[in-house]
Amino acid sequence: MASSGIRDRVAIVGMGCTNFGEHWDKGADDLLVDAATAAFDSAGVTKDDIDAFWLGTMGSGISGLTLSRPLRLDYKPVTRLENMCATGSEAFRNACYAVASGAIDVAMAIGVEKLKDGGFSGLVVSSPPSDGTGAELTAPALFSLLAPAYSNKYGVDPDEMKEVLTRIAWKNHYNGARNPRAQFRREVAKETIACSPIMAGQLGIFDCSGVSDGSAAAVIVRAEDAHRYTDKPIYVKGLSFIAGPAQGAVSNDYDFTTFPEIVRAAEDAYRQAGIDDPRAELAMAEVHDCFTPTELVIYEDLGFAERGFGWKEALAGTFDLDGELPVNPDGGLKAFGHPIGASGLRMLFECWLQLRQEAPPERTIKSIAAGRKLALTHNLGGSPGECVSFVSVVGSEPAA
Amino acid sequence: MQGLVAYGTYVPYWRLDRQRIAEGLLTPAGRGTRAVASYDEDTTTMGVEAARVALAAAPEGVRPHALYFATSAPAYADKTNATAIHAALGLDRAGFAADMAGAVRSAFAAVGAALDGSRPTLVVLSDTRTGLPGGADESGGGDAAAALLFGEGPVLAEVIGGADASEEFLERWRLPGDDHSRVWEERFGETAYVPLAEQVWTEALKSAGITPDAVDHLAVCGVHSRAARRFVAGAGVRSEALRDDLTAVIGNSGAAHLGILLAGVLDQAAPGDTVAILQIADGAVCLLLRVTDAITGYRERRETAHTLAAQIASGRTDLAYPTFLTWKGQLHREPPRRPDPTSPAAPPSLRHEAWKFGFTGSRCVNCGTRHLPPARVCISCGAVDQMVPERLADAAGRIATFTVDRLAFSLSPPVVAVVVDFDGGGRIRCEMTDVDPATVAIGDRVEMTFRKISTANGIHNYFWKARPAQGES
Repeated sequence: MASSGIRDRVAIVGMGCTNFGEHWDKGADDLLVDAATAAFDSAGVTKDDIDAFWLGTMGSGISGLTLSRPLRLDYKPVTRLENMCATGSEAFRNACYAVASGAIDVAMAIGVEKLKDGGFSGLVVSSPPSDGTGAELTAPALFSLLAPAYSNKYGVDPDEMKEVLTRIAWKNHYNGARNPRAQFRREVAKETIACSPIMAGQLGIFDCSGVSDGSAAAVIVRAEDAHRYTDKPIYVKGLSFIAGPAQGAVSNDYDFTTFPEIVRAAEDAYRQAGIDDPRAELAMAEVHDCFTPTELVIYEDLGFAERGFGWKEALAGTFDLDGELPVNPDGGLKAFGHPIGASGLRMLFECWLQLRQEAPPERTIKSIAAGRKLALTHNLGGSPGECVSFVSVVGSEPAA
Repeated sequence: MQGLVAYGTYVPYWRLDRQRIAEGLLTPAGRGTRAVASYDEDTTTMGVEAARVALAAAPEGVRPHALYFATSAPAYADKTNATAIHAALGLDRAGFAADMAGAVRSAFAAVGAALDGSRPTLVVLSDTRTGLPGGADESGGGDAAAALLFGEGPVLAEVIGGADASEEFLERWRLPGDDHSRVWEERFGETAYVPLAEQVWTEALKSAGITPDAVDHLAVCGVHSRAARRFVAGAGVRSEALRDDLTAVIGNSGAAHLGILLAGVLDQAAPGDTVAILQIADGAVCLLLRVTDAITGYRERRETAHTLAAQIASGRTDLAYPTFLTWKGQLHREPPRRPDPTSPAAPPSLRHEAWKFGFTGSRCVNCGTRHLPPARVCISCGAVDQMVPERLADAAGRIATFTVDRLAFSLSPPVVAVVVDFDGGGRIRCEMTDVDPATVAIGDRVEMTFRKISTANGIHNYFWKARPAQGES
């Protein structure tokens, strides 16, 4: 892989994030205005100071007008993009590259999704006309394929597997209970999680991320300009995005216990950021826990746990809020909610808070005070076997 | 003259115990079972399954050039259904596929046309039969299919005689679009039908130059069981020559029943036996056949799981009556809070016809990797446009992983989804059908079956699903 990256060349100088949840009283327009305004205020700028915008949304609007109209932008370039559940992160990546190239001085990446107006349970994605031969499975069903494959490969008994998945959901709810912006802000007992109605395979309702509305935004400038805006900029260390060849859907080699797209994206981002041992070097990670087995596999794909040991680490609390490497300290997709286009930027928002030591005390992670200065965000779009994946590494200090 | 060279049947997985109807409607006790097409089956898909069984045992080199499809319950009107069967069997485009649809009697129209024809012809008989809840058609009907391949070659049974009679009267009828048939008073039908059956019986025996006691197997089907019983009582055949009409176990499968009964006889008959098949429907038809020595080799060649007896025996009898009513459109249930299934678009369906209907993928000639669906760029070696088509409809495989989806829309939730790895390579993620969700496990052997995925916007979406491998242990 030949991406040399843009390590320390751009920085985030302001961020905004709405509450995630069922915003019956707000449309996508309102959420965009809320997140953009919060990010402008955070960076100490106005909309006129932003030279170009990248808007990520999967289905809450088409074209740059989705943003320029509600914000009444003054004839600015707005790129609207979509890359499944990595949409928000893609907006961020492209904005960073524009600034790093020197073409743009100040950029905004913003993501939004308004899911609760659809009237359906779960996520609904419209597809182009087809021959009707694709199996129309729901998202929980597609990701539930991981659990029996993992159990089978590593000899984890199905009951033990359920305990692992329950532990992951429980942890994310515990964290979300300490986050005023989260969709689900209460702890949930393990028994409640384990006994929740089954959606697909081993997955109960509590194994699935929240369907929610929300928006999040970041203001990005060249690193050398960052201190004009804030004393505590967050530097971009590495950005990687992979669209896989969809090999797992057709090839007998894929065994449903890993996402090769994540492995490749992580390798690329770690190389750009100069990370050798992510578990030892990262202060925290915000990962795409769309369903509990996804988070389990992510531990191994991102190198946080050895192959076949992620489940033991999950049970041991390695990734708890007070664990060795906190994963999803803001509650993750599970408890914070998952408005598709906003999620990648929401993850960065938690990194922004934690690395700047601005997170509320009840969910402040200890690794920052202990001297770790790097955080990771990760997204996944699609399903096991055919997906896209994004990994970023950001940090509170430029390399010496 | 061409003759019958192969045959096959399809009896669906599900049976409704007639006692369930009695319990549900608080009516007098029912006896026996009836075969029930699953929620993802119709006459077209069942016809495909029966035809696959017939073609699997066809003599070397005999491929149908014509396909006649007879049913009283066509999936589409104003559009030929036989073309879907033709495509699902992977038959050459240069061939004739047509429906003979509308009535139970259409079955004999297809058989007669095949016998009179001069090119290899596949006759597919398929039917779904039911009526209003609590009625005789609901409990007495059955869903099944049969396929008969006619051509040159080692003929399994030679035609030695026959006779037809036609009569116009209102005994049973249905307006297009109605979900049930109407019948006149039963005694009227009996009075009208018995003389017609007797007439064709007498003429057929005469045409063959035989007497009733020379008949070794007499099977009678049609639309009027009371008339059939009275005819049989006076037919003059030896009592051991009377064949069970199978209505106690699978019900009367309408247009398919002729083929079902003939297949049942041929599964048992000895070389030299004389077989009489008589159908009572809008007149009567009788066909006399003599079984040849070829039947022995044919039976040895076939898979045990393909015999009618094996298909009947493998049925599952715990279908709940409300589920039956739901599948038959007699009970409208609250759908999940999910979008309706999408319907396939016509242009991509035609572009991908070999895949959608024929389950034909591609194999890279450069490295041998199989691709499902067919692809232009090889996943393994990257070669572009170096593919040859490869049909995998009859391939078996194993379950690599699976799930049970309780959220997806289905007339029979939950949806079982599996990832199948085929023997010899190739993988597909698809639905699994005709299986108890609690029994699915990684490593289970499966095969493919042609099904109706959904019906939306007036379009039946046909494609293939996995089912437990038949005849493999």
